[in-house]
This record gives sequence, structure tokens and C-alpha cells, in this order.
Amino acid sequence: MLRSVLIANRGEIAVRIAATCRRLGIRTVAVFSDADAGAMHVAACDEAVRIGPAAAAESYLRGEAIIAAALAAGAEAIHPGYGFLSENAGFAEAVGAAGLVWIGPPSGAIRAMGLKDAAKARMEAAGVPIVPGWHGAEQDARFLAGCAAEIGFPVLIKARAGGGGKGMRLVERAADFAEALESAAREAASSFGDGAVLVEKYVATPRHVEVQVFADAHGNAVHLFERDCSLQRRHQKVIEEAPAPGMTPEMRAEMGAAAVRAAQAVGYVGAGTVEFIADASEGLRPDRFYFMEMNTRLQVEHPVTEAVCGVDLVEWQLRVASGEPLPRAQAALGLDGWAVEARLYAEDAAAGFLPATGRLRRLRLPSSVRVDAGVREGDTVTPHYDPMIAKLIAHAPTREAAFAQLAAALDTVEAAGCVVNAGFLARLLRHGDVAAGRVDTGLIARAGAALADDPAPAPLDWALAAAAALDLGACGDVQSGDVWSARDGWRAWGRALAAAEFDGGAVRLHREGPAWACETPAGPVTATLLAFGDGAWSAAVEGRAQRATAVREGLAVDVFRAGRAHRFRLTDPLAGFVEAASASGDVRAPMPGLVKAVHVAAGDAVAQGDRVATLEAMKMEHALRAPLAGVVARLDVAPGDLVEDGALLATIEAV
Amino acid sequence: MAVLASALSPRSAEFRANRAAQEAALAEIAAAAETAMAGGGPEALARHEGRGKLSPRERVARLLDPGAPFLEISLLAGHGMYDGAAPAGGVIAGVGRVSGREAMIVANDATVKGGAYFPISVKKHLRAQEIAEQNRLPCVYLVDSGGANLPHQDEVFPDRDHFGRIFFNQARMSAKGIAQIAVVMGSCTAGGAYVPAMSDETIIVAGQGTIFLGGPPLVKAATGEVVSAEDLGGGDVHTRLSGVADHLARDDAHALALARRAVANLGPASRAPLSLQPPEPPAFDPDELLGVMPADLRQPSDVREILARILDGSRFDAFKPRYGETLVCGFGHLEGMPVGVLANNGVLYSESALKGAQFVQLCCRRGVPLLFLQNITGFMVGRRYEAGGIAKDGAKLVTAVACAEVPKLTVIIGGSFGAGNYGMCGRAYSPRFLWTWPASRISVMGGAQAAGVLATVKRDGIERRGGQWSAEDEAAFRAPITEKFEREGHPLHASARLWDDGVIDPRDTRRVLALSLSASLAAPVEETRFGVFRM
Repeated sequence: MLRSVLIANRGEIAVRIAATCRRLGIRTVAVFSDADAGAMHVAACDEAVRIGPAAAAESYLRGEAIIAAALAAGAEAIHPGYGFLSENAGFAEAVGAAGLVWIGPPSGAIRAMGLKDAAKARMEAAGVPIVPGWHGAEQDARFLAGCAAEIGFPVLIKARAGGGGKGMRLVERAADFAEALESAAREAASSFGDGAVLVEKYVATPRHVEVQVFADAHGNAVHLFERDCSLQRRHQKVIEEAPAPGMTPEMRAEMGAAAVRAAQAVGYVGAGTVEFIADASEGLRPDRFYFMEMNTRLQVEHPVTEAVCGVDLVEWQLRVASGEPLPRAQAALGLDGWAVEARLYAEDAAAGFLPATGRLRRLRLPSSVRVDAGVREGDTVTPHYDPMIAKLIAHAPTREAAFAQLAAALDTVEAAGCVVNAGFLARLLRHGDVAAGRVDTGLIARAGAALADDPAPAPLDWALAAAAALDLGACGDVQSGDVWSARDGWRAWGRALAAAEFDGGAVRLHREGPAWACETPAGPVTATLLAFGDGAWSAAVEGRAQRATAVREGLAVDVFRAGRAHRFRLTDPLAGFVEAASASGDVRAPMPGLVKAVHVAAGDAVAQGDRVATLEAMKMEHALRAPLAGVVARLDVAPGDLVEDGALLATIEAV
Repeated sequence: MAVLASALSPRSAEFRANRAAQEAALAEIAAAAETAMAGGGPEALARHEGRGKLSPRERVARLLDPGAPFLEISLLAGHGMYDGAAPAGGVIAGVGRVSGREAMIVANDATVKGGAYFPISVKKHLRAQEIAEQNRLPCVYLVDSGGANLPHQDEVFPDRDHFGRIFFNQARMSAKGIAQIAVVMGSCTAGGAYVPAMSDETIIVAGQGTIFLGGPPLVKAATGEVVSAEDLGGGDVHTRLSGVADHLARDDAHALALARRAVANLGPASRAPLSLQPPEPPAFDPDELLGVMPADLRQPSDVREILARILDGSRFDAFKPRYGETLVCGFGHLEGMPVGVLANNGVLYSESALKGAQFVQLCCRRGVPLLFLQNITGFMVGRRYEAGGIAKDGAKLVTAVACAEVPKLTVIIGGSFGAGNYGMCGRAYSPRFLWTWPASRISVMGGAQAAGVLATVKRDGIERRGGQWSAEDEAAFRAPITEKFEREGHPLHASARLWDDGVIDPRDTRRVLALSLSASLAAPVEETRFGVFRM
């Protein structure tokens, strides 16, 4: 067995790998960028080595620095986790060349599966079903259009070297093909340095079903059944479950066998996932699944398989990398109940899943389900890396029970300082079609606003926000001699009055006995509001008390109640009197991000709508434009600046 | 410490009768308080708010730390005076916590005759300043006043304790390091202009606050110059050109936020050293305080029943319990703060007075604040007592109380008659705060006694001249005297004239006293030097 492992990753997966290593008595070495010096994964490992600045390209993607770190720390092996260098064949080879053990498949297998068209050809030859389409080298636009016509619309254009939805286009009709092809090829070229695409039949009611496979160096290979990852937004998975709803034993056997064949066809060793697309237009049928690709690494969603199979896949990886045979044979593997995982992201589901950043001044994750977290309360979600905060995994005897458990757990998530998708995930889990197992990759887009829209805060939420903002909840536990610190609004005569002004309205509170009568933008409510410290409140209306959380930091107030999160922003009563007059010419950052370019200089004349700066926030570029015609009176930004939400970058003065 | 026992039975007929009487008295005060808080009434308030101003009470609320207690003083000032033209005296005043620090707030109510100062307004303003000065509380003035009430100018302008004293106090307090902060939220004319001008730091609301020695009409009359109020003394002029004000605020809310910031920048207050202990609620229900005092003040009651419902844990260590029993003395705590209590349990005899004087000496030596609970018909009279020197023994108590430098608090819970008022730290003896219960009475003597004294004098005169005075005639003579004493001894009459700092619900006594005591701790306690005790 290995005695020490360097984990060439960060976030939840690094923490999760370290946990298994610790259980097995294996020493762990973390690597970190400057942005992660105090990160959770650094704290989770026995040692940690700095490998470069924040940008992934200068840290977590620098193979030679990671190998040097492993050698310096005396690690025997490198576990790449997922993402970053996990599917980089060159890195796998370099690790081996440095005399270190690579906890992953042979580089040949990575390469074979890396190029999608070649992989499909190989799979086809190995008897693995594939989607009808053109996967060849010929890239002539007219030729590809012909292929598309032959396959039949709708078709999907995909980058040959791609992944994560980049360079992917759905074409519904022939007339749109040329334009879509050009755009897909351009994006593929810029994203992957390879503009080549493939054209495939578009599966109308697609189900994303994948099979976990495991092979050892002794020629054994098993599958650990399937996972359904059909709930996706923008081609990225958010909910994964095992087993797949509606799966029949026959089809499971077919798919498992096909997956094992696929692994064996490339001489696979270690953990891998064979992704299939299943045409669910008539339910799951053994003859309607097609090989999509093989992920030659541990998947994000591996915990659902661990739950239903009762195994630790990281332990298996470590054993296989140590040269041990697979811990279990196929016949010894069975399914136990149902597991479902939700990915908690720092993102604004209501704003089109816009990634969010910020310091998580509050982060409370449930204890009722398995939680694989990569950040802690107080940590900052930066724009440098994937915005995943944690994975929540529920395991129960039935699908219904597992989903209910996970949704309930999501209701208790409290995150302040950064928007998260907990509410969205909980609503998704409770969506009628999801609950009924009628899942496909288009469901989220179709359900749209129903899932993303947070209901407006109720009067009680406003009241709690005001009480937290004004610190009105003290239980009357005054310090000796400091009777003035009471917060019950005592008066000899008359009623106390308090007011909190938020963007979007004011809350006025009058003391009525032990309660506060509140006039809120959402209507009136009279509630007894008690704070128990650490953001915990009890709010009683008409004799019925409920728990809630309300926390204030600076001008932001977050209220969590009844499974919903509401964010309020206090109006700063001291906000600049003078500045307010010239606000119309201000150019402000609409979100936190990295300034890619500044297109004007101080003193430049600009027309309304001229681009002043370009902001990159989570891989998306945003043009910041002049709000009016005039002269750049003030410019307070330079390329490379990291700016906060609302930061004043420039002021245009009308002339 | 010893825990007081209670013999009170809330189900007894006596308790219920007492309670009914207290509740009736309380309801009368509550109605008066309601009227006072309404200020100039709904129409004046609507006009005021129509100008974009916050109501005076909302201004105070927004200045205070949200939800913090507010110890309002003299709410009933002016009650029944000037034909009811000056509810609350046109001024809201009280101690409240602002940015974590106790401060005296004085806010003009412009809905009451434009915030102009009636004589009682001046008295209230000066009383607020006196409390601030005695207790070293920063002052925040929310100014919105047209200045002196001209029809009453001879009662407002010239005397020592008239308008000019406000600015005298501001200067003296500023000199002592007691911050003076003004927020100009409306007019500030003539003499009133000196409130902001004399302040350490001044905020003015743009387009709303004005400061000038002579307003536009006076300027036009004097020099013929025609100028708008805003151009003459608006916020822009004073923050940009004259420097009369320091900060320009967008509106009332902004101005109050700036005032809170100004107080925050004062830093924390110092506190008199006092050994505190963890607070503990009384063992007996303070709600029962309504049933303790007899409806008829001539009936005896045990003041220890009241102490048992006010002091921490109902704990009270009596001093000299076997001596001078009509004055209960001893140590207890209020919300963790130590107090030395002097409470009447009957008429004062020489022994009671001597005991009280010694106890006051003791507390001054130890730096323990004093609490007086007044229910006193006076010192014992009669040949035996005069011969026993009750006058000099009473003088000892008065000397001790007058000279005591520790914080003194007084509550009039029942009668407050004659020299008993002096010995028990009445208004003239400068308690830091003096509060009154609704069913109490205050006068030089009881109405019946006064009528009796006067009737005796008259009868003697009539009989000396050989005349006869019928019982009917005597009754007719006595009635108006009794009625006058009754009316003038009523807490509404007393509080309207600022003989106290306010009438309180007996059930609030503990809270009021704790807040008062806590507020008094910011001032350092000087060493007490007693005058000559006549032996």
C-alpha cells in the first residue's frame, strides 16, 4: 500500500481524497496557489506546498511544479482528483517518468479517450453502441452539412477535443447549419486549440446515464452500475442519482457490459466513467443508448455510487495504484437503495446561473446527509476556480425518501456573502417531473423561471431583516449596570418606534407588548422576535414560533427561513450626499471580476455606449459602457484589477 | 443578603381596593400622557410631515439606538397650563442611548406653536441640561423652534433661569467636556440661533434648517433688504460660507445618522467605580406594586413590600432595624448596582432622623448611591418631641441629605408633606432624578390638615370677637381649601410644573430607577463634606 500521496487538486475533491488517505494511514501532501494559502484542502492535508500564483494556469495546471512538489515532499504518488491535470496524458507520463505512482489510468487510455471522434471509432469497433454521426477528419463545411442532412435534423455540432459544453451547438434546421458550424469551430479553436468538430444525431429526449467502471492491473474489470446525470443546466450536471430511474435489469446489464468492454478496449486501469446518452422518448430501452465519451478519472458525482454500492472509490483507486487486485468481483457488487447528490454552487440561479464570488461570511451545511465540502465559513469564493462549495449526498432505501431527505437538507443550507443555488436545487428536487423520475437534460431549461424564481420575501422576512439590522432581538439578558443595553424598546409612556431602510423599501416597527408591529413593503406583521446568538432567531406570530436565521454584515442582511434565503441590503444613511448628484455618469462593475481591458484614458471624449472597460467574470466577458456622452473625468481601473461588485471604475462627465 | 418576606395577599379585598385606586390614578395619568405625546395634534403633524420632516418623536426614535430604552423626562410639562396650548411643553426631552452612549436628548416639537418656548418649555430645557450636567451626559439638541413665545416674553427672557441660561449651560458644559451637539431641522431664530452656534458640533438639514439672528421679516423691517430664509441662513450658507454649521444633511434621516456618528466619535464614557454584581429579578412579582399602597394615604402600609418588588432578588440588608423603625434604611441592589435605601414607614421621629443621617453618612463614605422612597406626612409634632429636639434631629437628616455627593434618586410613592419632603431628598435637594407614582400627593401639608389649621385660626379669631361659627360655615370654609390642596398636590399639577421628572407606572419603578442610576454613573463622585450637625 502507498504510504504517501500528493493531491494535485483543491476544493472538495482534495479534502475528500485526504479523508480516505487519513483513514488508511496514508500521509497527504496538498498543493496550493497563493489564492488558496488558507484553503480548506490545505488544512485537510498533513503537508502543503505552494505551487504558484492564483491563476490555475500558473498553479494547479503546472505539472512540473506539482511533480517537483511531490518529490520535495517525499510523496510516493500523485492523485489528480478531477479537472485540472486529471485527464492530461502528458502529465500522467511525466509523473511516471519522475518515479512517482500515477493514481489514474495509463496515459494511453487517457489519450485514446481524449479525442472524441477517434474514441468513438474505437468503441464502435469494440461493439459499444454509438450515436449516428460523422466523427471523421474531414472538416469541409459543405461536407459536414451533407453529413448533417444524412443523419437528419436536429443535429449537434461538438468540438472534437471539447468538453463542458464549449464548442457545442444544437442545429434545428439546415439553414442554420453553416453559421452554427462556424461559431462552434471558432469557439473550439479558442478553447481547445483545435477547431475540428464532429456532427451527431441530436437525441430529442436525452437521458445522461453513465456507468462507473473499475479495472485493475491484473486484467480484472467491473462496473459499479449506473448513475443518472440528466438534470443539467447549460450542459453542466447539478443533480446526480444512482441508480437511474426507470432502469431495467436487462438494460443495466447491457450498459454495464458495454462499459466494461469500452474500458478493456483501451487497456484501462483504475476508476473511469463511461457516459452514455439514452433516448428516453419511449422510456429506457436496451437498444437506445449510445456511447458518448469516457471520463478517465474519478467523477464529481462518484459519491452516489459509493453510497449505493457501499464502497470507497478513492480507497479502490489507492489499492489499484498500489498494485492490489480489485477489492470486489462483479458478482459481489449489488445495489443498496437510492442515492442522490446535489452540487451546491456559488451561483445565481435566478440570473441565468451567473457565477457568484465573495466571502462566505456565513456557511452552515446540514449534518443530516453526507457533505463533501471544499470551503468553510469565512472562506472566499474567488473567480479563479470552479465555484462549487459542496456536494450534498443523500442515501435512503427509496428514491422518494432520498430526494425528500436531500431537499430537506438543502432547506437548511445557510450561505451569506455569496449567492448559492440551494433554493434552486431544493425546488428542482421537488419538481413534479423530477420526483416522478421523468428526467432529461432539457428539464431545467424547460422548467425555467419556476425553478429559478425565489419567491419575494414575506412580511416576516422583512421583519427579521429589520430586527437583525437594528439588533432588536436581545433576550433582555443585560449586563449588570448596563441596563441601557436592553433592546425591548422600553418607554414609561407610549410605544417605541424603530425603522430600517432597505433598498426596495423601509420597515417600520412599533413595540406592542413583547412584540414588534411591523409595517413592511410586503405588508404588516406583528411578531415577537428573539435572538439567541450566532444568527439564530425565533419569530413568533400569533403564538406560533418558528426558527429562522438572520445575520447582518455591513449593509447586507441575510434571512433564512422556511427553506428560503432572502438577501436584503440596507440603505446607508450616511451614503455620500455630494456623490449622489453625479451618479448618472458613473461606470460601475456590475459584478465582481477581473478587468481584462480598459479602452479609454482619462480625458478621452466618449459617446454614449462606448466601451469603457471589459470585465471578465467567471469566464464571461462583460462590456462596461459609457452611460452618457462626455469626457472621462475619472478613471480608477487598470487591466488586471480584481474589482468588487459595484466598484466605481470611471466617471463620465457630460460636456 | 437577607431576603425580604411578603405578607401581601393579592386576593385580599384590601389589595384589590388598593389596586383599583392605583389603576384609576394610573389611567388618569395615561390619558394625560397620551395627550402630551400627541403634541400639536394630527393636523399640525400632517403639515409638519408634509414638509418632508419626520415627526419629533420619530426624530428622537431614529437618533436613539434602535430598541434601546428611552427615559423620557417631564412628559406632562405644561399639562393644564396655557389653556392646554403646550403639550409636553413643546419639547421632548430624555435620556437615551445613542451610538452606545447615554445622552440627553432635547427635541423641539414644531407642531406645538412652531416649537416656540413657553415658560415651562424653558424650565424643561434647563432641567434637561441640569440632568446632563450633573450626570455628564452629552447633549443632542434637535432644533426646530421659532424662539421665545412672545406673549410670555417676560416669563421667558430676562431672569436667571430663563432663556439665556440655556446658552450659559451650553458653554459651561462644553467647558467641562460634556459634548454639545445640535441638529438644525427647522427654524432657529434669534436667541435660538445660539443653540447651534454654541454647540461643539452642528448639523443642518439642507433646504429645511435655518439659522439667523433676524429672520427675513425683521431684516426687511430693519434694512429693507429682501432675502429668502434659505439664502439668509440655510444649510448651504452655513456649511459653505458662514461656518455656523459643520455638516450639511440631505434630510432628517441623514441628519440624525450624522448626529449618531458625532456621538460615536465621542468615544466611550467613563463610569464611576462601583462594585457591581450579577442582576437578579425581584423574588416577588412587581405587578403587585399596584396593590401595596393604600388608596387612603392615611392608612399605614409596609414599605418593605415595595422594596421586595424592586430590589434584586428582593434582597435587603436592613440597617439598625430595631431603632427608629419608621425610617427603613439598608442596602440592596438594582440590576446589579448597589443602593442605600431610605424609605418611610411612618412619621419621622428623632430616632428615625438620626438613623437616616447616620446611614447617609455611611453611604457617602462608601460611595453607595442613595435611593429615597417618600411616603411621609412629616416630622412628629408635639411638646414632647419639640422638647426632645426633633427640629435639630430633622436638621441633621436634612444636612446629611443636602451634602451627600453620591448619586441620589427619589421616588414619591405616597404622601410628600412638609419638612419630610426635605429630609427625604425632595426636589430642592437635587436628587439626580425624582419620579412620582400616580396616586401620590405633594404639598406643604395634607389638605385636611391645612383646612384644619386655617379653620382653627379663623375660629379662634371669630370666638375672640365673641362670634359664633356654625359647623356648616366651617365645612363651607374648609371645602375649598381641601379642594385646592388636593388639586395642587396632585401629580398632574406637580409634574406639569416640573416638581418631578415624571409620573411613572409603579410597575416600572425598578426599570426607571436602574436606568436613572446607570445614567448617573458617568459622573465622577466627589468626596462628601458635611456641614455642621447640630448636636
